[in-house]
Amino acid sequence: MAKVLMKGNEVIAEAAVHAGCKYLFSYPITPQSELVAYMAKRLPEVGGLFLQAESEVAAINMVYGAASAGVRVMTSSSSPGISLKQEGISYLVGSELPAVIVNVMRGGPGLGSIQPAQGDYFQATKGGGHGDYNIPVYAPATLQEIVDLMAEAFDVADRYRTPVYILGDGMLGQMMEPVEFKEAVDYEPTPKEWATTGTRGDGAPKVVNSLRLDPADLEEHNNHLQAKYRQIMENEVKYEEYLTEDAEYIIVAYGTVARIAKNAIKTARSNGYKVGMIRPITLWPFPQKPFTATRDQVKAYLTVEMSAGQMVEDVRLAVNGRKPVEFYGRTGGMVPTQEAIYKKIVEIAGGDQ
Amino acid sequence: MELVFAKTKGLSDKASHYCPGCTHGIIHRLVAEVLEEMDVLEDTVGVASVGCSVLSYEYINCDMTQAAHGRAPAVATGLKRVLPENRLVFTYQGDGDLASIGMGEIVHAAARGENITVIFVNNAIYGMTGGQMAPTSLIGQKTATSPFGRDQQIQGSPIRVSEMLATLDGAAYIERVSTHDVANVTKAKRAIRKAFETQKNRQGFSMVELLSTCSTNWGLDPVESLGWVKENMLPVYPLGVYKDSTGGK
Repeated sequence: MAKVLMKGNEVIAEAAVHAGCKYLFSYPITPQSELVAYMAKRLPEVGGLFLQAESEVAAINMVYGAASAGVRVMTSSSSPGISLKQEGISYLVGSELPAVIVNVMRGGPGLGSIQPAQGDYFQATKGGGHGDYNIPVYAPATLQEIVDLMAEAFDVADRYRTPVYILGDGMLGQMMEPVEFKEAVDYEPTPKEWATTGTRGDGAPKVVNSLRLDPADLEEHNNHLQAKYRQIMENEVKYEEYLTEDAEYIIVAYGTVARIAKNAIKTARSNGYKVGMIRPITLWPFPQKPFTATRDQVKAYLTVEMSAGQMVEDVRLAVNGRKPVEFYGRTGGMVPTQEAIYKKIVEIAGGDQ
Repeated sequence: MELVFAKTKGLSDKASHYCPGCTHGIIHRLVAEVLEEMDVLEDTVGVASVGCSVLSYEYINCDMTQAAHGRAPAVATGLKRVLPENRLVFTYQGDGDLASIGMGEIVHAAARGENITVIFVNNAIYGMTGGQMAPTSLIGQKTATSPFGRDQQIQGSPIRVSEMLATLDGAAYIERVSTHDVANVTKAKRAIRKAFETQKNRQGFSMVELLSTCSTNWGLDPVESLGWVKENMLPVYPLGVYKDSTGGK
């Protein structure tokens, strides 16, 4: 198909439609508003439905209901709204219901700002709601990558019966880029024999539920979830390596920040600094291999984030004390410049200022 | 011998956990009988809520989804909007779940005219957590969290949910019934049937509020509890049809 120029939020929406998602339950919030407006027009064309919920809390619970009926379903929001959804997300996990949750991150805490940020990394990758759990988190860096990851996000959700995050930021949601959608593929639906759709023709009543009053039962269920997470860690890790082969310094960044970091790396390379980048595409499961493969060769890592330092903790765990892990971050909607990142590289390399 | 009563296929064989004197058992039976008599048990998905009736998914013989506290109408909305048109969806909620933490969800489900049926069990107290004050507790009612009796100056007044939701255009059928004697139980069953028929005929939001007991947390025996409903709850929560835009179908 030909390339089309689209806005990030609309790309997220259209990519979901291409992935076979016909249902979106959301509440308006900046900077993801174009997504819901697009879906309000688009979903009726494919026989689906956008329903504007009365709250973020209601939206995630409508998702819970639709997911328990076995359909592909999505909700979208931005940071404060995602906080409100945490209860429902924990229930989705407990009841093992597949769904895709889009977070177009903005500055926080509190009402914060409507400018891009990456301050929800902890919330997305370390559980977020109550109870022991993890959720696969995809962090696209370009609009084309949103298209490429969306079908996978829905597939992973269905295959592992888990909610999945698409974690972007306000910049990704608001920018325009040319994207190419592959021909709409009829996805092979994962059989959902557990879905509550009425028992007519399919035997005994089914129950979708996260309550397990017997502690031994609940522990067994939690062990089952953990076994599932080990499988996801084994099979679903995604990352990009950029110029790491001969790198003495490696920048670690995800999402839009990785694109800015790439420009800083180009400048550094042209000035004789051997710098590369590891870009985690799945933030959970966090890629370990590119760190074990490079930590003997490099002198230091530099994590760059639009936060006060969140992913840097996972980088430190992966590097495991073998090399210094430096950090550079901006918060509140301020975006790191390539000049500032370059300056930080030079500083770490002990070069001329 | 002539068979005069048989347990409905709509209930499982599992013994319930409800206290002696509690009317949840009666209300479960009425819902199950109606679904069986309408021959829709296999076409129905129920949504269990949080409270004493959280385990209703073990007792009612149809597909069941368990919802977070207060969120049953949102979960039911998600189910109803994606299931085939002939599927029926109901929620089973208590007064803490529906009228306190879930007030937003119930109001908006009714306002949207969500084509679901709500079974609202009002016993004026939180049962499962040990007898705390509910939004429906009566003025003067002593509970674990209103030990001196509910004081209007401090805790406000009871909420009349049926009257409130009846003001919304999306509500098609709303009736308040009681379970304190046989005649009223019979009326309650008729109301539940009417509510499910409203949904089956795609006429919009339907709700039956059922006045119910909590012997354990009221500190009364089962017979006294039924009397307490009659003497104390009926004057505050008058029975009757509050909304019927179904055209008498």
